[in-house]
Amino acid sequence: METLHTLLGPLSFGQGGWGDDLLKGAFLTLQLALCAMTAGLVLGLLLAGAKLSSSRLLRWPASGYTLFVRGVPEFLILLIVFFGSDRLLNWTATSLGLEAGYEVPKFLAAVIGLSLIFAAYACEIFRGAYLAVPTGQIEAGAAIGLTRRQVFLRIRFPQLWRFAIPGLGNLWMVVLKDTSLAAVIALNELLRIAKLGGETEIRPLLFFTAAGVIYLIMTSVSDIGRASLEARARRGVAEV
Amino acid sequence: MYQEFKYLISDSVCAGLSPLSGDLFGKACPRFIDGFLVTIELLVLACGIGFFLAIGLTLARMSGRRPLAWPATALVYVFRGTPLLVQLWIIYFGFGSLGEDILGPILWSFFKNPWLVGLLVLTLNTSAYVSEIFRGGLANVDRGQLEAALSIGMPWLRAMRRIMLPQAIRIAWPAYGNELVLMMKGSALISTITVLDLMGQTRTVFARNFDLTTYLYAAILYLVLAGLITAFVNTIERRMQLSAGR
Repeated sequence: METLHTLLGPLSFGQGGWGDDLLKGAFLTLQLALCAMTAGLVLGLLLAGAKLSSSRLLRWPASGYTLFVRGVPEFLILLIVFFGSDRLLNWTATSLGLEAGYEVPKFLAAVIGLSLIFAAYACEIFRGAYLAVPTGQIEAGAAIGLTRRQVFLRIRFPQLWRFAIPGLGNLWMVVLKDTSLAAVIALNELLRIAKLGGETEIRPLLFFTAAGVIYLIMTSVSDIGRASLEARARRGVAEV
Repeated sequence: MYQEFKYLISDSVCAGLSPLSGDLFGKACPRFIDGFLVTIELLVLACGIGFFLAIGLTLARMSGRRPLAWPATALVYVFRGTPLLVQLWIIYFGFGSLGEDILGPILWSFFKNPWLVGLLVLTLNTSAYVSEIFRGGLANVDRGQLEAALSIGMPWLRAMRRIMLPQAIRIAWPAYGNELVLMMKGSALISTITVLDLMGQTRTVFARNFDLTTYLYAAILYLVLAGLITAFVNTIERRMQLSAGR
């Protein structure tokens, strides 16, 4: 019992222990991932719309954007957003005649960075899902006199989610893991708390492993949720 | 010898680019190219070793023998379920903190070398993801072929090697190409354990001049790398289609 305490003592809850701090960090990690996903889904839908549109003016910037994000490290994008948003804010402030010295909140910067990454991948998933609806159904809709709008709202859109859910489930796991990059810009999410705890208690191995275990729990639970969502999306569809 | 070769490359590339490059890139060019080469060498090694390790992991998982399948499954599960950054920090800062007394001289010299630790973690990480990709590929190869091979007396391992795996890899190749690009992007994280790869050099340059265009130059170099990887993947894919069509 005594050895167990010296081994895991720093992770205990309450006074002198880091257990509650780590859980708070994990909570912030979840918040970060959820906010990034929500913003990323909206942006991803808009991007997919732009990519599928017939206007080159919309299509090309959207393609350029996804190409950029998919070819540049997430870490670099996060740093560009983190330092760039501060500059942009202060530049706007000074050109409006206000005093400089503002700082974009780290949480907001991290959400923006992560959602920009999420959106690029979500755009491809939505585009694929849109094209996955069989053309026969679209023609059938047109044949019975539905307008293009009705075809979209009643035939394409409801099925979009069904085709997109496996990809989006994957993407959720990716964004959950990518939140750890925010530790580098000193946002107090799970990994950074583990780093601080490890440095304070001089037990980095224990604390980083604890963080790893918490990440593993979060991804495992997500995986179960994803499987049941996928099963729900497939309901009523004949097995091939 | 090899180091001199790298200097030669960076000198000639920077000299060639000097009429085009602005003030900032001109000054930092040797650093960028040096980091670029470190990133490439780590990627080639990690993906090369990781490819074969992934095949080994896949075979172990499909072998139906628990002492083989269980550790392989656990490794894949853990490496896919945790962030790469956490893996790097556990092994470099975590194990590295144990010190020479606990680790012994050989392990200690390994764990205090960030380049080697980075290579180890990248290799294990990519092999876990690639193993999952190969497993998906195998699921799409007709099982009857394996049964046919076994029924004419071919050993399981040879049947996998000669019949199942080549087809599985061909099916999984586009997904494998995606994973290579993701790996390239992930490799930027080894800069957090003090390796001076492209990202590490970029952060060093940025820490001195605080100029955001530094990051844009790095982004361009990473895009070039992504283009090279995609071209490589497409070339191999075309070759495989040719040999399949024959």
